[in-house]
Amino acid sequence: MTIHLEDMQVIYQHPESLLNVNTHYCPGCTHGVAHRLVAEVIDEMNLRNDCIGVASVGCSVFAYNYFDFDFIQSPHGRAPAMATGVKRVHPDKVVLTYQGDGDMISIGTAEITHAAARGENITVIFINNANYGMTGGQMAPTTLPGQKTTSSPKGRDVEQAGYPIRASEMLATLDGAGYIARRSLHDPKNIRLAKKAIRTAFETQVRGLGFSMVELLSICPTNWHLNPAASTRWLEENMLPYYPLGDYKVHPALKDLKF
Amino acid sequence: MTRELWKGNEAIAEAAVRAGLQAYFGYPITPQTEALEYLSWRLPELGRAFLQAESELGAINMVYGAACAGARTMTTTSSPGTSLMMEGLSYIAGTEVPMVLVDVVRGGPGLGNIAPAQGDYNQIVHGGGHGDYHPIVLAPASIQETIDTIYGVFDIADKYRTIGIIMVDGSIGQMMEPVTLPPMKEVRKNWPAWAASATEGKRERNVLTSIYLDPKQEEITNLRLMKTWQQIEKNEVRYKEYFMDDAKFAVVGFGSAGRVALSAVRAARAEGIPVGLFRPISLSPFPKEQIFELSQKLQGLFVVEMNSGMMLDDVMLASQGRIPVEFYGRMGGVMPFPDEILREIRLLHANGWKSEGHPRERWLAKLETIIKEEQ
Ligand SMILES: Cc1ncc(C[n+]2csc(CCOP(=O)(O)OP(=O)(O)O)c2C)c(N)n1
Ligand code: SF4
Repeated sequence: MTIHLEDMQVIYQHPESLLNVNTHYCPGCTHGVAHRLVAEVIDEMNLRNDCIGVASVGCSVFAYNYFDFDFIQSPHGRAPAMATGVKRVHPDKVVLTYQGDGDMISIGTAEITHAAARGENITVIFINNANYGMTGGQMAPTTLPGQKTTSSPKGRDVEQAGYPIRASEMLATLDGAGYIARRSLHDPKNIRLAKKAIRTAFETQVRGLGFSMVELLSICPTNWHLNPAASTRWLEENMLPYYPLGDYKVHPALKDLKF
Repeated sequence: MTRELWKGNEAIAEAAVRAGLQAYFGYPITPQTEALEYLSWRLPELGRAFLQAESELGAINMVYGAACAGARTMTTTSSPGTSLMMEGLSYIAGTEVPMVLVDVVRGGPGLGNIAPAQGDYNQIVHGGGHGDYHPIVLAPASIQETIDTIYGVFDIADKYRTIGIIMVDGSIGQMMEPVTLPPMKEVRKNWPAWAASATEGKRERNVLTSIYLDPKQEEITNLRLMKTWQQIEKNEVRYKEYFMDDAKFAVVGFGSAGRVALSAVRAARAEGIPVGLFRPISLSPFPKEQIFELSQKLQGLFVVEMNSGMMLDDVMLASQGRIPVEFYGRMGGVMPFPDEILREIRLLHANGWKSEGHPRERWLAKLETIIKEEQ
């Protein structure tokens, strides 16, 4: 039997919005999965030529080396403020930030909170991996009670270090938020759901419905000292109970959206 | 040309508008707030971007974003706010994008007070933010000069892709003077070729960043910044001279201190004292060569500031120990009176110049008594 190439259907290919290069992410790290999902959504919505990305400080600091559109790189935690500056100058363009948990909800708590409160028409991809990846696995504002990190070697003691922040729940209380959802990248089914949420977030921005954010529960095999498979199990067993998946804010105009 | 009475902070704002300001981000702080308030209605009226940020950290990073996006952009603040903006200024310098900052300096350190001061000299002129960079710092001495300086500084910032800082003090921000405003420039229609303004499918993508993990690459960036700085040092030095033609010695003062000193110099001239005034306008680049030249022909330089002698150090460096230098300053938001400076000029004229010890030590010994007597 001969196979005619022209009869074949493309069902999987490298997204145009992602450069075809090796990344610096550790093997098994879900930063790569998150990048791919964002790139696929931008391709599907045909937004690449209109996109301006803002990279943050963390393992994803070099996100601009992977996404194939205009990109700038912010100081630690300030990406939402920079994105605000960009969006106010280019209201007709699509502006996204890509931030880790230390970046977004520790040093950058004020910037993200006020961007959400203003209903800043930007999309935030928020990677929650329960630690500071880039600096070698210190305690983050998302580190779980009892979780061992290099700066909480006996496990996070809530009496001394306080409690983790559930950023999605917190930001969803703000009227400026148009879409806020938490998804997880620990298995294929959840990855699909994550992609849908990312799509909804960009639809929110394109429709001018306010601030949008997708929190993605992610693994950091290197600093968790677990292999990738064990990391996904750790996420499932420990992070899911503390950080329930779901939609925390959905603008009424998004409810009947079909794609 | 009509002359109108304008308040300093509002004139600062309107001059920026007329220079083609496209996006402003700021945070309330006295004695600068009227600039923010003015732009809160003025920019929207013209269809340009205005936003009150959540903090000065937010404001400077919004400016950083807008600058990367290609806009003519500015923030205004006062000393404690400037401290917060240092992080952003360092990043902006490292990314080589143009922007303008107006610092209406107040008394400090700490929360200090809202009175006019010049204590931000060191943090602005000599760094503040981390790493090797030099902003352009201009210090006008009247509202008209402030307007003219702001009107031109955007072009200079664009030309070198650098930071332009206007350093004035609370008195310039708060007082009113008759001024002539420049004509409205047209707002830029195209985005600069380097800007992150989205490709629209028409060009290669632009990436703007300040990270160079490889020290060799960072050093190449540092070198480029320094070469730009050399150009700025060559082209952008500004100063004004008064009564200098036949002066035997000169007062050196910038901004409001320079302006108060001018009254004192005029009065001294009326008494026949051969003194002139050298008023640096560009604090960075500093008029080093001009001061060196003065040190070759004058008997001495008398530095007057509204701080503890921050520019004094630069004057001493520039005059290379060739002539005696004397200093008089008031700190913490206290402005010197022309009489105080005139008194010092008379003493120098009558008693001659000292060269033993450090001028700051001689001044401090004197100041304690002066403060006591005033109380
Ligand atoms: C002002 C400032 N403080 C601290 C740092 C050091 N630093 C770099 S990355 C990072 C944490 C990043 O963690 P996270 O945001 O969770 O992202 P991840 O690396 O886990 O993806 C820190 C503290 C910095 N670059 N700047
Ligand atoms: S340190 Fe963790 S978050 Fe960073 S790339 Fe490696 S696995 Fe990913």
